Formats: sequence, C-alpha cells, structure tokens
Amino acid sequence: MQNNPVTKLGNNGLYVLEDLGRMGIFLLQAIRGIFKTPFRFRECLKQIHFIGAGSLAVIFFTAISTGMVLGLQGYYSLSKFGAEGMLGSAVSLTLIMELGPVLTALMVAGRAGSAMCAELGIMRISEQIDALDCMAIDPFRYMISPKFVAALLSVPLLTAVFDVVGIAGGYIAGVHLMGVNPGSYIDGMQSSVTNHDIRLGFIKSIVFALLVVWISTGRGYFVRQIRGAGFGAESVSKVTTQAVVLSSISVLVFDYLLTAVLL
Amino acid sequence: MMDVAIAFKNVTKSFVQANGSRNVVLDGVDFKILSGRTTVIAGGSGQGKSVTLKLILGLMQPDSGEIYVHDKNIVGIGGGALERLRSKFGVLFQGSALFDSMTVFDNVALPLRERTDLGEEEIRKKVQKTLEELELGGTDDRYPAQLSGGMRKRVGLARALQLDPEIMLFDEPTTGLDPVMTQDIYQLFAATQKQVGFTSVIVSHDIPRVLNLADQVILLNDGKIDVFNSPEEIQWSDKEHIRHFVKTTMGQIYQSRLVEI
Repeated sequence: MQNNPVTKLGNNGLYVLEDLGRMGIFLLQAIRGIFKTPFRFRECLKQIHFIGAGSLAVIFFTAISTGMVLGLQGYYSLSKFGAEGMLGSAVSLTLIMELGPVLTALMVAGRAGSAMCAELGIMRISEQIDALDCMAIDPFRYMISPKFVAALLSVPLLTAVFDVVGIAGGYIAGVHLMGVNPGSYIDGMQSSVTNHDIRLGFIKSIVFALLVVWISTGRGYFVRQIRGAGFGAESVSKVTTQAVVLSSISVLVFDYLLTAVLL
Repeated sequence: MMDVAIAFKNVTKSFVQANGSRNVVLDGVDFKILSGRTTVIAGGSGQGKSVTLKLILGLMQPDSGEIYVHDKNIVGIGGGALERLRSKFGVLFQGSALFDSMTVFDNVALPLRERTDLGEEEIRKKVQKTLEELELGGTDDRYPAQLSGGMRKRVGLARALQLDPEIMLFDEPTTGLDPVMTQDIYQLFAATQKQVGFTSVIVSHDIPRVLNLADQVILLNDGKIDVFNSPEEIQWSDKEHIRHFVKTTMGQIYQSRLVEI
C-alpha cells in the first residue's frame, strides 16, 4: 500500500503542505519576536557583526572580480558595436539591479546562512532550544529574531558595498586595462542609473535577506521534523546543505519574479 | 489529604510511524503525582517516559484527554498561560542541555537575567551561592565542554533551581554516569528536595537504584500504566508483565541477598 505511487504522491504533498505551514508560522513568530520586550540589542549587534562585518571580505573579493569580469566582457561585447562608451552604464545597471543583490545574498547564504542553520540545528538536537522553552524564555525573541533584524539591516548594506566595489572593478578593467575613456565610463553610469533602478536593487536585497535568514534558521530549528534528515550530527549536516541549496534557489527564483513585477 | 501537583486523565498520545501505522505510546492513561513527593516514572525504551514529560511541560499535545497542573487543565494552552505554567517547572535534561557557547556562570545566570528584574550584583551573589551549595565553586569561567558528566548535571540542576521551581522534572538524570557518580547525584537530588521542598518527577530506566528516592512509582508498559504507592509494592504485584519487569530489573538484588543470607 505504501509503495502505491498515488499514496506516495499524497504523502509527499501532505509533507510539503505541513512543511510550508510550519515555516509560515515560524516566520510569523520570528517577526513577532522582533517586537517582543525586552529587546536584545546586544545580540542584534553581535549578529550584525557576524552577518555584516564578517562577510565584508568575501563580498569585497566577489564584487571586485565580478566587476572586473563585467568590465572585460562588456568591453568585448560593446566594442563590436563601437559602443565602448556605454561600458559604465552597462556595468553599473547590471550590478545595481541584478548581480549586486543576487551575489551578495548567495554569499551570505553560503557563509552566514549555513552557520545559522548549523547553530540552531545543534541547539535543537542537544535540547538547548527545549531548555529555553522550559525556562519560559521565548527562543524567537532570544536568538532567532535578532538574526532576522541583523540580516535585514546587513544584507542591503553589503549589497551597496558590492555595487560600489563592483563598479570600481569594472572601472579598473574597462578604463585602466582596456583603455575606455574614464569620463564616458562615469558619465554613462550617472546618466543611465535612476532612482527606480536603485530602489529595485534595494527591494531585492531586502527580500533576499528575508529568504536567506528565514530558510536558514527555519531548517535548523526544525531539524528533527525534516523528512530524510536522519538523526544527530548527520541530520545537522544534511539540513545545513539543504538550507544553503534552498536559500540559493529561492533567491534566484525570486530574482526573476521581482524583476518581472518591478522592472 | 495530599495536594495533587500533576494529574493525567484518560490521556492518549500516538505517533505516525514511517510505514504509516500508528504507534500508541499512551493509551487512556490516568495517574496523579502528589505535591512535595518524589515520583519515579519507569519503563523500557520507547514506552513513553520522555513523551510523558513533554506532555507535562506543554512541549507536546495529547491526542485526547486532560492534563492538570495544580488543578488547571493545560491541554491546548499557549502564549502567556504556557509561559506562566513553565515558570513553575525546573527541568534537568538527559544531556543537561547547557548552552555550550556560554560559561557555567552565564548558563546558571540565564534564567535570572531573562526572567527576573534582579540586578547583576544580586544575580552574581545568587548564582555563586547555588554553585557553592552544589560543590561547583571555581567553575564559573569554564565552559560545559570542560566539565565532567557529573559536573554538567550539577550545573543543569543549579540552572533549573534558580527560579525556585514548584515542580522539578528529571529526564534520565544519570545516563552516562558511573555508579559512584550516579549515587552522588541521587543524594544531591534528595538533599536539594528536602531543602527546597519541590515536587520531584524522575524519568529513569535506572532500576532499581532510582527507586531508593521514590515515594511513588509509575510503570509504563505498552501504552498502559501501573501506579505503585511505594517501590516495595512493585515486588508484590501478581501481574505477569510486572513480575517480568521485576525479574529483569531487580532480579540481581534478590539473588545477592539470598547469597548474603
């Protein structure tokens, strides 16, 4: 009976519904925890330091290499039409609207999201979260909501850093290596980038931050309920992988959806 | 007549297994735990001992039935009511459940910092006093990973006692400890209970040693329970499964006594 494909499909459907419901309630509890007193300012600062300041190096190197590659590729493509002067415009729009928010979110998912998921997973399997519940200390207010606050503040700022460093990388590759006129690079950027473009990048970075922190913390928190995760250390390792993969895919899917709706 | 701290009325709890069938862990269970006394909940692995504790703490909900803590039905409560309920309890977890990124001092101080308005100086004094009473002086700056199993249990007990609980729940408190350490921990429980006066519920498979502490014993077997008003009563039972339990868990005692005589 259990091997019947219809039964399997039904069971899987029910599991997905249950998981979505669980994650939905988790998100609401995490948002409610942000406003619960006493506020955990110190924990928020600690998490901002971890997610934000701690990710600066990886963001810097990703941004500079992405910007330089864009500079080279852009020059190669644009020079075919004699439009090298548009390089500043192409690099900055690509970074501000697409690559900045997406790559920043992917880097944060890999670096901080995996760590948040593993931390909560270990706390769950070693009964530390149950201990908080039993002491009548709300685990959301105590340690999950500060991660949400930190991610929602840090990721847009990291995205801004990514954009600036990436544009500088494009400038180095385009102007210094390929000989594009520096004035046209800067002028092209200034004339083509509008507030609407920056707003789109900003909205994307906020949505991606929410997706990454929600999926990462949620997978760790529910490590015991995730089908096929197993037990103990293996379960934490599996849900951490799952958190990074799911966060990355969600970021890419929502990138398309947001671009389609807001562009 | 003694006050009832916790009462289960016709409580049923089951779980869906991987193959889709239902495993009934508690099947219409009724029992009462008396205030100020020590109740041991015993039974083999997978018989629902930890589930019973989780039901008492509101970490799990029963499929049906009622659970009373100090005459208040706690089934289905949430939010502030659940927080107030939990503030009556102190819990010592099987693995101690200490926060491994915090020092011993911070672990023990956590409930005071989060649940009371005490200043840092008062918290420091209270925590130091408890640590010294539990022979943990000088361990404040250590991390749980730097402590022995017995010390971790004592730190867990120190943390659980900070908010002066009315009911202490011990989940397999001596798992992983050697016999000498186990005996020390039991003596510590008995002494602390005498001093503080809490109701004590111990879930354990450490039979027969844990029975030395018990005023009342609840045996879980195949979803049903048997309640005994003293450990001695267990040995007098004529039920087949109880006799089997006695034979497999206490048989050695009779043998050694016979040898001694």
